[in-house]
Amino acid sequence: MNAIGWLNLKSLNQEGIVFAIAVVLFVAAAIGLPGFIDPNNLVAIVRSVSVLGILALGMAVVIIGRGIDLSAVAIMAMSVAWYLQLLNTGTSDGLAFAYVLAGVLAIGLLNGFLVAYADVPAIFVTLATGSFVFGYVRSQLITQDAVPVPQGHWVELLGGLRFLDIPIEVFVFAGLAFLFFLFLRYTKWGRYIYFAGDNPVAARNIGIPVRPMLVLRYVLSAFVALIAGLLTAASLHSINTRVVNSTLLYDIVLVAVIGGIGLSGGRGGVRNVLVGAALIGILLNAMTIIDIPLLYQNLIKAAILLGAIIVDGIINPRDEQTAQQGDI
Amino acid sequence: MRLIKTLMAAATALAITAFVAPTFAADDPGPAAYAQALKGKRVMLVPLAMGFDLAQGWAHYLKKEVEAWGGTFETRDPNWVVDAGAQAITDAISSDTRPDVLIIHAPDLNSYSKLMKKAQAAGTYVILVDNPANFPADAFVGSDWDRLGQLEAEAAIKGCGENSSKKIGLVQGDQANSSSLYQYAGIMKVLDKHPDFKVVAKPDSNWDATTSRNVTTTMLQQNPDICSIIDFWDGDATGASAAIRDAKLDGKVFLVTTGGGEKAADCDKLNDGTYGAVVMTDLARQSGDMNAIIKFLLQSGQPAGTSHTYIYTLEKATTKADLKPDSCWDLKALQAEAAAK
Repeated sequence: MNAIGWLNLKSLNQEGIVFAIAVVLFVAAAIGLPGFIDPNNLVAIVRSVSVLGILALGMAVVIIGRGIDLSAVAIMAMSVAWYLQLLNTGTSDGLAFAYVLAGVLAIGLLNGFLVAYADVPAIFVTLATGSFVFGYVRSQLITQDAVPVPQGHWVELLGGLRFLDIPIEVFVFAGLAFLFFLFLRYTKWGRYIYFAGDNPVAARNIGIPVRPMLVLRYVLSAFVALIAGLLTAASLHSINTRVVNSTLLYDIVLVAVIGGIGLSGGRGGVRNVLVGAALIGILLNAMTIIDIPLLYQNLIKAAILLGAIIVDGIINPRDEQTAQQGDI
Repeated sequence: MRLIKTLMAAATALAITAFVAPTFAADDPGPAAYAQALKGKRVMLVPLAMGFDLAQGWAHYLKKEVEAWGGTFETRDPNWVVDAGAQAITDAISSDTRPDVLIIHAPDLNSYSKLMKKAQAAGTYVILVDNPANFPADAFVGSDWDRLGQLEAEAAIKGCGENSSKKIGLVQGDQANSSSLYQYAGIMKVLDKHPDFKVVAKPDSNWDATTSRNVTTTMLQQNPDICSIIDFWDGDATGASAAIRDAKLDGKVFLVTTGGGEKAADCDKLNDGTYGAVVMTDLARQSGDMNAIIKFLLQSGQPAGTSHTYIYTLEKATTKADLKPDSCWDLKALQAEAAAK
């Protein structure tokens, strides 16, 4: 038994490296930055990455199954914008919500169907559906980039909800992370996702329903996006569809990938998302406290990501055995 | 005799004048010249995006006026994408229906400079609106962002008061957009004159409400005694206000921002205390300025790029105390008006 086993270089994978960087940053910030270690600041850190982390959970499930969902942010913003627009124009709450649920389900199914049955690469399908969702909702269903939450509506009340002074999104993030963990680790379909992601052909040959499961993953991702959107609107009392043009989508992929979920599929889990989200949260918070301008923040973020990938590449070199077909 | 002759001549002259005068009025050359210079002219607006209050307000007022004098008004929607805006301008210049006046809302100081030069070379007048750029346009209509920043800083200082912590936080936009850079410069000019007031943090929101919320949360966490925050745009200040609300500092932090003076975005939020002060652009007047300069340029006969006029819109910091029924314009009402047609 090696007590400091995790320090053993050979056993360090990307997740370990990123976790180590996160710990180092955390300790450095706790010592160097006044107020960083304050419980309220720690809650603020978790909260600032909650929506990002929730979206990354959905993305992680899709990536583990060797796919990618580039429509997540569009679904998140546009579904909620449409919902709020319906409410603002007098549609009853139940009906509006039913419409939106149906819409989100339809897009998830469309993504899944095109990838699973039409065999179109996920990256193209979801890029296209994301643009479609944005374009259609923006031009046909809503009149403004920003749609406010009607006064006194449950979404607004949701945003003010606190337990032990901790905002609700933290609990939703924790709850969803736990559910995804149970799903991926202990359910049959959860385990199948790894098989399908690792080797789709073999998975199909042993009788796993690869295609229906693929559809399920995109539907899951779409619903997770809706939850993330509702939480965003709850906190800001409005949703701004401009977020679709932001770097949020890349940040989601970044959180998943930096935590060690390989884009080639079959590897990783909820823990990787948590590690990735922790690093991003600590990094952004510390940089904001130091008051580093945004341009440099992006540079530092990118440099750390690059560093983690390079170190991973050196410690765990790719060879013919580890590289698989379908690597992006 | 001579006197009588003179008198008669004078009377005749008077009679002729009196007789001619009405015909003179009927022959006022103004309207004909005006119609001839303007009729059929094309005006195109390329804002950063069509989906936000300023652009929709401009489009409303411009369309009304341009169509009234027999011109054609069009908009393009780059949807916040700089490349898409460049494409829209390029297409417009090279199309058969090249606009006679191009109104451009520049995303930063330099991106469209070459295209605007091309447009002028092709004979299109270029008017910059809201955001200045490093380009001698035929006219700039919009805010003096430096002055606007000064007004914000003055409002923040007033909002803080003499017996406050005198700590001010800024939530900037980004480090590329001229409106953000000049706003910052203006704020610092005023604060230099009030050395007892200090800027404790100045993060960027990248114009995103969630980012604004996160950085404001951190800022308030580090400096709970901040007395005022200036957020550089009402489009993302909802985030800063959420952070203030979450920190239970409503009423203790005086939030100052700037915007297009739209009712739901600005006046309603001043009224419910979300914002302490908003430096609002008088959008109807700004659009009127654009209309006037369009009419002037089209009648001037001068080649595009000859003159360079700056028309700064009058800005004012509005607080709840000076809110009047007509302080804001109502986007919903404009949309209803457009839908009714």
